[in-house]
Amino acid sequence: MPTSAPYLGKDLVGLEHLTREQILAVLDTAEPFKEISERQIKKVPVLRGKTIVNLFFEPSTRTRISFEFAEKRLSADTVNVAASGSSVVKGETLVDTARNLEAMRIDMVVIRHGSSGAARFLAERIPSNVINAGDGRHEHPTQGLLDMLTIRDRLGRIEGLRVCLVGDVLHSRVARSNIWGLTKLGAEVAVCGPPTLMPREIEALGVRVFKRVEEAIEWAEVLNVLRLQLERMQAGYVPSLREYNRVYGVSRERVEAVPRDLLILHPGPMNRGVEIDSDVADGPHSVILNQVTNGVAVRMAVLYLLAGGAPETAEVAKHGE
Amino acid sequence: MSGSRQLLMDEHAVERVVARMARELVERNQGVERLSLLGIHRRGVQLSDLVAQEIERTEGRRPPQGTLDITLYRDDLMAIGPRPVVGETRLPAGGVDGRAMVIIDDVLYTGRTVRAALDELADFGRPSRIYLCVLVDRGGRELPIQPDVVGLVVDAGEDERVDVLVPDLDGRLGVELVERTAPHGGGGPGPGAGGPPAGGAGPSGGGEAGPGLATGKEA
Repeated sequence: MPTSAPYLGKDLVGLEHLTREQILAVLDTAEPFKEISERQIKKVPVLRGKTIVNLFFEPSTRTRISFEFAEKRLSADTVNVAASGSSVVKGETLVDTARNLEAMRIDMVVIRHGSSGAARFLAERIPSNVINAGDGRHEHPTQGLLDMLTIRDRLGRIEGLRVCLVGDVLHSRVARSNIWGLTKLGAEVAVCGPPTLMPREIEALGVRVFKRVEEAIEWAEVLNVLRLQLERMQAGYVPSLREYNRVYGVSRERVEAVPRDLLILHPGPMNRGVEIDSDVADGPHSVILNQVTNGVAVRMAVLYLLAGGAPETAEVAKHGE
Repeated sequence: MSGSRQLLMDEHAVERVVARMARELVERNQGVERLSLLGIHRRGVQLSDLVAQEIERTEGRRPPQGTLDITLYRDDLMAIGPRPVVGETRLPAGGVDGRAMVIIDDVLYTGRTVRAALDELADFGRPSRIYLCVLVDRGGRELPIQPDVVGLVVDAGEDERVDVLVPDLDGRLGVELVERTAPHGGGGPGPGAGGPPAGGAGPSGGGEAGPGLATGKEA
C-alpha cells in the first residue's frame, strides 16, 4: 500500500487530463473525509493558515456552499467573491482580479466562470492552486468526481458499468467531466437527448448515442439526468418544457418499464416535471442527496491533495513517527 | 536505503511484552471498566488488537476498540512527504466521553504523533483520562510527552529507525533496529522512508547510529 497519493498537478482544471490513477486517488482520499462531516466537531486542522478565494462569476448555491464547507471543515480561511458587486462589474479583467487577490497572498482559488477555458487561463497566470468549479461548457471536475464516488458507493465499482447522461449534453460541463472520468475508469458511457442539444461528433469521445430515452433506460444501469436550463426554450433548442418532458423526461413509468434497478443521479438544481419527475427524484433509486453529501468529501479530498504540493518541493522527512 | 538490521524482539518476545502491557493497563485502570483502546493508524491498530485479545484472555471482557488516523492533525504535514494517504478514523463503541482512553502506537519518538492524537481526541469529546501505551520508546522526544505503559525502551540514534513488524502488514511479528546509510534520509520520493526488503514498509521511528540498546523496562 502506497503511503503517498499521486500528484494531481498544481491545479484541477478538468478530468480530461487526469489519469485513471489520479482519479482513483481522489475518490479513495474522499472516503476518510466523509467521516469528518459526521463528527460533532466537523473540523480538522489540516489546511490551517491557508487562504482560499471562491471566485464565482456565475450564480451558484450548491457548489459554492459545498466548497465553502469543505474549506472550513479543513480549517482554511475563505473569502467569497461574487461577480455582481465586485470590481468585475466595473470592468476589471479576470487576470487583474486574480493578480489583485494574489497580491493579498492567497493560496488557492476556486473559480466558476461562464467562459470555457477560464479556469485554465487563470491557472496558467497565477502561482496559486486553481480549482475549476465549472467553466462554460467545458468541465466541472468536482461534480464529475462526486458523481463517480456516489456511483461507486452504491454499486461498488465503476468499471464495466453502463452509465447514460440524459438531457442537454451540448451545454453541459457536467456531462463532459462525467464522460472523461467515467470512460477513464472503464465504464461504458452513453448520452441521450434532443438532437438540437447534442454536440456534433460526440461519438468521438467514445460514447454511444441514444435517440430515445426509453432505449437509454433499457440499456443503462445508471442514469445521470442533466438539468435543462430554462433559457434553452427561449433560444429555440426545445419547443416547450412540456414537450421536452413528454419526450425526454425521466418519469416513473419509464423507469418502471425496465425490470432492473436503475441508479438515478442529478447534479442539481432540478427542474421537477421537466427533465425529471418528482416520483423519480424522490424515489428509492435516487441518490441525488447522497451526491450532495459526497460533494463536500470530494472537495475536501481535492483541496487536501492540491495543498500537498509537488513531490519535488516537499521535503521527505527523515522519520515518520 | 536501509543498512544493517538488528532484531530487538522476536515474535515470542513481543507476545510476552504485550501480555505484560495489557496486565499493566488493567492494573492502572483498576479493571477493564470504562477502558477503551484507540490504535493509531497503522501499526498501532494491529497492536491494539493484540492488547485487546490479551485483556480478553485474562479478564474475560474485550474493551471497545477504535482507530485513529492523525494525518490531518500533524504539525509537519508538508514535511513528511506530500499528500500522505489518510486512513480511517473510527471511534470505539461507547464514544470517548467519560471513558478511559488508551492511545496505542508502535513506536514513541518525537512525541508529535501523540500530540496530534491528543488534539484529535479532544475534538471528539472529553475522556475521563487518557493513557499512552507504546510497544517501543526509542527516545528523542521533541515535546514533553511520556508514555504510561511501555514494552521496550531503546536508546536509538538519529541514523537509526525502529521497525515494528506486524503480521497483517509485514508477514510476521517482531521489532527491528535498522541502521540507515548516510545519503538517504533527507530526500527521496518515497515518503515512508523506503520499504525495507523484509516488507517492513512501515515508517516507525528513526535514530542515530550506535544503538544504546536498553533493556526492556517499564515506564
